[in-house]
Amino acid sequence: MAGVDDFAQVLESVPGGGIILTSVDAVADWARGHSLWMMPMGTACCAMELIAASFSRFDFDRHGSIPRPDPRHTDVMVVAGTITRKMAPAVKLLWEQMPDPKWCIAMGNCAISGGIFYYDTYSVVRGVDEFLPVDVYIAGCPPRPEALQDAVLRLREKVRADSMSPGRRRAIEGVLPLPTAGDGTAEGGSE
Amino acid sequence: MSERLVVNIGPSHPSTHGVCRIVVELDGEIVTHAEPIIGHLHRGIEKMAENRTYLQIVPLTDRLDYVGSMYANWAYCRAVERLAGIRVPERAEYIRVIVCELQRIASHMMGIGSAAADTGAFTVFMYAFEQRELVVDLFEALCGSRLTYNYVRPGGVSADLPDGWVDRCRTFIKGHPDAMREIDRMLFGNVIFRARTKGIGVLDAADAVAWGASGPVARGSGVDYDLRRDDPYSMYPRFDFTVPLGERGDSYDRARVRLWECVESCRIVEQALDQLAEYEPGVIMTEGLPRLLAPGRGDAYDHIESARGCLGVYLVSDGGVCPYRMKVRSPAFSNLALLPLLATGHTLSDLIVVLGSLDPVFGEVDR
Repeated sequence: MAGVDDFAQVLESVPGGGIILTSVDAVADWARGHSLWMMPMGTACCAMELIAASFSRFDFDRHGSIPRPDPRHTDVMVVAGTITRKMAPAVKLLWEQMPDPKWCIAMGNCAISGGIFYYDTYSVVRGVDEFLPVDVYIAGCPPRPEALQDAVLRLREKVRADSMSPGRRRAIEGVLPLPTAGDGTAEGGSE
Repeated sequence: MSERLVVNIGPSHPSTHGVCRIVVELDGEIVTHAEPIIGHLHRGIEKMAENRTYLQIVPLTDRLDYVGSMYANWAYCRAVERLAGIRVPERAEYIRVIVCELQRIASHMMGIGSAAADTGAFTVFMYAFEQRELVVDLFEALCGSRLTYNYVRPGGVSADLPDGWVDRCRTFIKGHPDAMREIDRMLFGNVIFRARTKGIGVLDAADAVAWGASGPVARGSGVDYDLRRDDPYSMYPRFDFTVPLGERGDSYDRARVRLWECVESCRIVEQALDQLAEYEPGVIMTEGLPRLLAPGRGDAYDHIESARGCLGVYLVSDGGVCPYRMKVRSPAFSNLALLPLLATGHTLSDLIVVLGSLDPVFGEVDR
């Protein structure tokens, strides 16, 4: 992104450059928003609905979203399912392999907060937002495929508001450290 | 012996059907050893059950085998009923049989479809998923959920069949065998699929028994063992059905056994719907069951034939309102253990086919 950042900063500094920049932003965001390729991080039950959403009945292709299992090809990571402490490093690694700009959808209660596995278990990460910057949360256990499609449409609105300029871009929290077993969250949640 | 190469597959890989990591040792392209590393979806369900009341555990069992949630519900409820000495109304037993046979179809559609997709036959996956969606629609009408049903409860089922459901179900089971025959022609008659699966991952009957394999994996090898017939439970003695068997025990036979099981399931559902008509609606739950079950001290084990094989639940009670210990005997776990045995000697691409033919679900493997 460094090259794009420099380009945007130089463009903004010349008179009238901001107008050109917003026009470029509008085109780029339109293109990005309409081909959000998904990295299906399906680990558990929600993965079934993720598959169902991309198949012929719900037909995700019409929104320009297709699942690609390769992080290098994708724009949005859909975390569908429970993330355990053993799985979290792999999720983080795949997230880091995705090229910028990238977004994250937390699908289902497990990815939001641990869901049904919030209490009394020792192995589940309580929400993927403990270590990934999540853009859209979808509630449900599991959510319906339509809910996932709605999430992508909501994400499209967010993508439209994005800009090339570092000054106008949304603040992204970098990748947070992985939760460790000894951080106290294993004792029945944080009431 | 050429250069030894170690390849890591997973834990996030589209061909591992979940979150399995496989460390494969290769000699050229030939697999010399394959070790599945499990536990990436270990959620501690058995431990959580020790802090839940007997009724609160039912939603947890949904999340075990998430491709076939009804099975874990039923196996758990049977264990509770045995522990507490609950008698279930016959209408509820019929409904359980019906939903579980429909669940077998839904689960096998996923199994056949993903096994087909592993060999490149993606169209078959789409066709199979269409049938799965029809079953899921039936379940949604029944209990409001597409995947995690929480339908079978200790003492019965949570709701009676809604209006018009029986007719919808009959329409489905009428059309389903034809869809299966279409898939049979399209997939099992396909030259590429036959070449990719015949003779790949051959499991002989003695090994299948020795390794504790069950379900379509064992029956694909010709082990004539089906709990529905050999340890009959619920209403199964009243139905006429056959148990499809394979001959050679390769990936092809395992997938094909699943296909014919779906047709047999349709027969069972049809008979169950006919016999169900004699029972008056509404009697679906044991009368006078306390909200807080507290069975006396003791233990109980019960098992059912799930889509993956012999699914057992063992409960120990110390007299309290929560079980002292719950243990799930998972068929997917036992079947997955066969992977090193079956994949050794084949190429890396065949390893994926073998894994697909075992049809593991990692919610159940890792629990």
